Amino acid sequence: MKRHHAVVRITHWVNVVALTIMVGSGLRIFNAYPAFARKGGTFCCYPFAGRAIPANLTFGGWLAGARNWHFAMMWVLVANGLVYLAFIYLHGEWRDLVPRRGVFHDSWQMVRFYVTARKDHPRQGKHNALQRMAYFSMPLVGILAVITGLAIWKPVELSPLTNLLGGYVWARYWHFLAMVLLVVLTIGHIFMVFTVDPYSIPSMITGRYREDLSPEARNARPLVHLLPSSATKAPDGSARH
Amino acid sequence: MAPRDTDHPPVTRAMRATRGHAAEQAGIDRRRFLAAASGTFGALLLAACNSEGPKSAQSLLEFAEAKNETVERALLRHTSMDVPRASAKIAGQHFPAYYVSDSVPIWDESTRGLWRLKVDGMVKRPLELSLADLASLPRIGYRLDHFCVEGWTAVATRTGVRLADIAKLAGAQPGAQYVDFASFDDDYHESWDIDSAMHPQTLVVYAQDGHYLNPSWGAPARIYSPVKLGYKNTKYLTRISFLPARNGGYWSDRGYEWYGGV
Ligand code: HEM
Repeated sequence: MKRHHAVVRITHWVNVVALTIMVGSGLRIFNAYPAFARKGGTFCCYPFAGRAIPANLTFGGWLAGARNWHFAMMWVLVANGLVYLAFIYLHGEWRDLVPRRGVFHDSWQMVRFYVTARKDHPRQGKHNALQRMAYFSMPLVGILAVITGLAIWKPVELSPLTNLLGGYVWARYWHFLAMVLLVVLTIGHIFMVFTVDPYSIPSMITGRYREDLSPEARNARPLVHLLPSSATKAPDGSARH
Repeated sequence: MAPRDTDHPPVTRAMRATRGHAAEQAGIDRRRFLAAASGTFGALLLAACNSEGPKSAQSLLEFAEAKNETVERALLRHTSMDVPRASAKIAGQHFPAYYVSDSVPIWDESTRGLWRLKVDGMVKRPLELSLADLASLPRIGYRLDHFCVEGWTAVATRTGVRLADIAKLAGAQPGAQYVDFASFDDDYHESWDIDSAMHPQTLVVYAQDGHYLNPSWGAPARIYSPVKLGYKNTKYLTRISFLPARNGGYWSDRGYEWYGGV
């Protein structure tokens, strides 16, 4: 059994490319006016007004270039996201991603384990409780980014939507916050993949995964028990699945 | 904590027993592994950062722009009106001034004669309107948002004449699917689709916030519509041409979307 279906693997990496370009070009667009206040007005809630994002974190080169990338890649992001969500819904993978009863309790146990307040890795299925929460919220925040994006793309033609979000200025702010949230989730996600379960990387490429190297089997915390010891591979191979 | 997945393979005693060794053995390789991984990522990022992206992608971007125009045209409604938030203050003196000439373009009557707005192209009756002519046409005023391509907005009241009224006056012909707005601000002009031009909030504006336009806001007249981004709204207007085909524009020819809808 493959750990991740080909559809999940492909949409995952398409998403990485599309989202990276969306964030980079979005930041370049933002730099054309790195503030939120209406001209002649004030804005309560952004303390960094007027300070541009470092150019090295942006993509598109200039405003028009970034806009052209942003408005092209948004369709890839949306189409890819819809394929992913439709697939995991129809094929059942959503069961591994939707938070279950007790997810907060289970997440707390994961946190306790990570800070060594608890010795044993909590039992888990495909993903631990923290992963479930992260993987479940990513599409939600993504949908939020798309909706707020539509609201600031067409504030006149889609004015009911824009008004619902508090008008153009606020919709632009929510769009920015959705981006920040996605970036934070993604950084946490990448950090955990590399420091807790790098063996899942092949599983997101070829689909193959060695259960005997799972974080639960290694009792792995970030950077702890990262590599398998030779003894993990039982001589008769019985620990492998 | 009770196990929640009964079908999950149990962690074997043998596996637990080895935990202590793994970390120590990992030391060097782990560092090498992480260094290699972050190095690769860093290199990829640096290659992409702050660039316009691969040249080969240009045709794809143009394809996407054409498709976006189709979507934007489909979304355009003459019934969807811009209504600024009640709480939004008029920008007044904070309203940005913008032109492409080296200095504020000012119509110099001593060298150019009286300012006239030409209306020509596919029209039955070409017009030459003075400011007084404009002021005598049905006057309409709106409090409107201005949506700049850069991301800022500003509210102003705009007073002028509906472009649809001027089109009627000139007898614009059905084949005129595009309109070009030219100016005396160097070679600044932008052309539009006729549907956006005929939107009821598309105005030939001669007054802002209750006063005749001042030079930094596009005097003596400008086009303004909230259904187009700022750069599509030609200031320092001299000529409105009804055309059978699009005619590009100052910023549209320099890489910005030609449609530029809001
Ligand atoms: C270079 C960056 C990334 C790397 C190396 C990476 C790696 C991985 C890996 C290895 C997995 C499988 C985890 C497992 O099997 O336990 C995974 C799953 C996942 N990743 Fe990423 N990821 C990256 C970026 C992203 C981004 C940007 C997002 C979205 C914002 C994302 C969302 C997800 C989701 C939702 C899953 C769960 C997929 C599923 O099981 O259906 N990842 N990622």
